[in-house]
Amino acid sequence: MIHARGLVQTFDTRQGRVRTQVRAVDGVDLDVAEGEVVGFLGPNGAGKTTTLRMLTTLLRPTAGSATVAGHDVVAEPVQVRRAIGYVSQAGGAFSGARAGDEVVDHGMLYGLPRDVVEQRGKALFERMDLPGLWARMPRSMSGGQKRRLDIVMGLIHEPQLVFLDEPTTGLDPQARANLWEHIRDLRDRLGVTVFLTTHYLDEADALSDRIVIIDHGRIVASDTADALKAQVAGDLVDLELVDRDRLADAAQRLATLVDGRSEVEVVDHHVRARVPRAGRSVPGLIRDLDRVGIGLESIEVRRPTLDDVFLSLTGRSLRDADAAGPQEGGPTTALDEAAVPVTPGTATGTPTAGPPPGPTATGSTTPGPTTTQGALR
Amino acid sequence: MTFMRESFIVFRRQLRMNLRNPAWVIIGMLQPVLYLLLFGPLLEPLIDQFGAQNAYTFFVPGMLVQLGVFGAFFAGFSLIGEWREGVIEAERVTPASRTALLVGRLYRDLLQLLVQAVILVALGFALGMVASAEGILLGVLLTLLLGGACAAASNALALSTKSEDVMAPVINMVMMPVLLLSGILLPMTIGPAWLERASDFMPIRHVVDGVRASFVGDLGGSAVLWGGVWALVLFALAIWWGTATFRKENA
Ligand SMILES: Nc1ncnc2c1ncn2[C@@H]1O[C@H](COP(=O)(O)OP(=O)(O)OP(=O)(O)O)[C@@H](O)[C@H]1O
Ligand SMILES: [Mg+2]
Repeated sequence: MIHARGLVQTFDTRQGRVRTQVRAVDGVDLDVAEGEVVGFLGPNGAGKTTTLRMLTTLLRPTAGSATVAGHDVVAEPVQVRRAIGYVSQAGGAFSGARAGDEVVDHGMLYGLPRDVVEQRGKALFERMDLPGLWARMPRSMSGGQKRRLDIVMGLIHEPQLVFLDEPTTGLDPQARANLWEHIRDLRDRLGVTVFLTTHYLDEADALSDRIVIIDHGRIVASDTADALKAQVAGDLVDLELVDRDRLADAAQRLATLVDGRSEVEVVDHHVRARVPRAGRSVPGLIRDLDRVGIGLESIEVRRPTLDDVFLSLTGRSLRDADAAGPQEGGPTTALDEAAVPVTPGTATGTPTAGPPPGPTATGSTTPGPTTTQGALR
Repeated sequence: MTFMRESFIVFRRQLRMNLRNPAWVIIGMLQPVLYLLLFGPLLEPLIDQFGAQNAYTFFVPGMLVQLGVFGAFFAGFSLIGEWREGVIEAERVTPASRTALLVGRLYRDLLQLLVQAVILVALGFALGMVASAEGILLGVLLTLLLGGACAAASNALALSTKSEDVMAPVINMVMMPVLLLSGILLPMTIGPAWLERASDFMPIRHVVDGVRASFVGDLGGSAVLWGGVWALVLFALAIWWGTATFRKENA
């Protein structure tokens, strides 16, 4: 669907008298297969929007080439435009026009007849949970409704590929979770390939088959969330002991699972270490501890977060990379997704924390009001 | 064919939004009426000095061009609001022709100008203007070309600056010499020679002369010819500039 090689975009900017050249995108290679949902993750100013604008023919690449939906973005922009939908960061419906009119006009610009567009638009309004809002002005819609309207506009010509630029920025947790459902639906029910940018870790993790991380205009990683996490850090295993005296013994046994990149930490009643593929080795460890009579209060196996990934790739935390700093109300801790508390009894039976991609390991944050926001703004 | 369809979709959308705003409609209609009723009487006693016969045959063409130029200069402002809300980007990502995106917006400005021209001419006749139908038709046509050029330039400027604060002073700076040097209100011929020479360099002055000449009925004269040439040249340049900004609109 998307094949990009060496995409570069430079902007001339002027600060007072000094003219500088910003390399907003600096040699991006990308491949996205049909039916994939790819999350494009990066801090503010990393070059996400600029890359998208080149792929959607809005901006001519300074260097490099890209084919999107089988057509070259520079040589055949019209064919590319026909095949793709783009929902920009700013949206696309005018606040003072009626939603339905905007959708119909937008669809008609693709050459579709009015009745077809109207019928499709109304069906999409139903599907996107916008019943009765056809004649409403976007100015009097909620943030989530407005964003869903933008997506309806991007889908009106039934594209094979949609680009969503920060679809959930500025939405409250419920609205985000709801929008996630709709985005999943695009692929599952309509078979659309989705390329979405975000700076929410949990969002990339929850929605994407694959995550592409961009920093300073360069791709620094591209893989499944699980593979990225496995490749980098290993799972965090935290054992809480009943008896302090056995800490050293337990630490020694845990150390046998560690692969040298990480060390065992002892805090209070806890021993902690990063263990590669914990799902495979931890059940054995627990049987071992049980056999020598080391009692456990609790066990926690936690998959590494994308923040850990970003940290190990760039040496900076994703949030530190954001000049703006956190501003959204939510907790800015890394998302503690797929935290798998296991009681010793059940753990010996069936390993709950499987190797990636294990049954729970792929688990992402459950969408819902309680979702921890990895807000990066 | 596709071009007509696309530009018509854009036009219909613009018109729908403007008609929803009653101020736009009322001010648009009142402008020509007020100018004619409040400024026309001032000219009547002076008309002999201009070398013209009839105050309104002289004044209506000037008013026409003034409405065409000045109304059109402000056309770009609404584009900035649309750009800010992502509308332009959403339109640019469709396969529609970039020129159609611009021209559809111009239709709206030209329609507004046409309605104003009809009011102006009707009122002019009521006040005693004397002009032939062909002359009026040609004069209005020249004005529409010029108005289209100014609206296209205004749109191009809007998309290049993307800020009302930057655009407003630029428009003011352009409007000043246009108003003073194109003989819209008073003919340049009554001024000193140096001022008239200066006004020769103002293309819009030639269009004003052309519109006046055609109202008087001098359809084959050089004034109409040069007015027509200038109107066409300005129109072509402005469309080219406007299309270029819609094509690249880099932000
Ligand atoms: N038109 C432009 N002129 C000059 N610089 C630009 C322009 N557009 C983008 N930039 C710069 O290019 C860099 C990348 O911007 P871009 O919008 O692609 O970032 P982003 O990853 O989308 O960020 P965000 O998460 O904030 O949306 C930034 O440093 C930005 O200031
Ligand atoms: Mg962006």
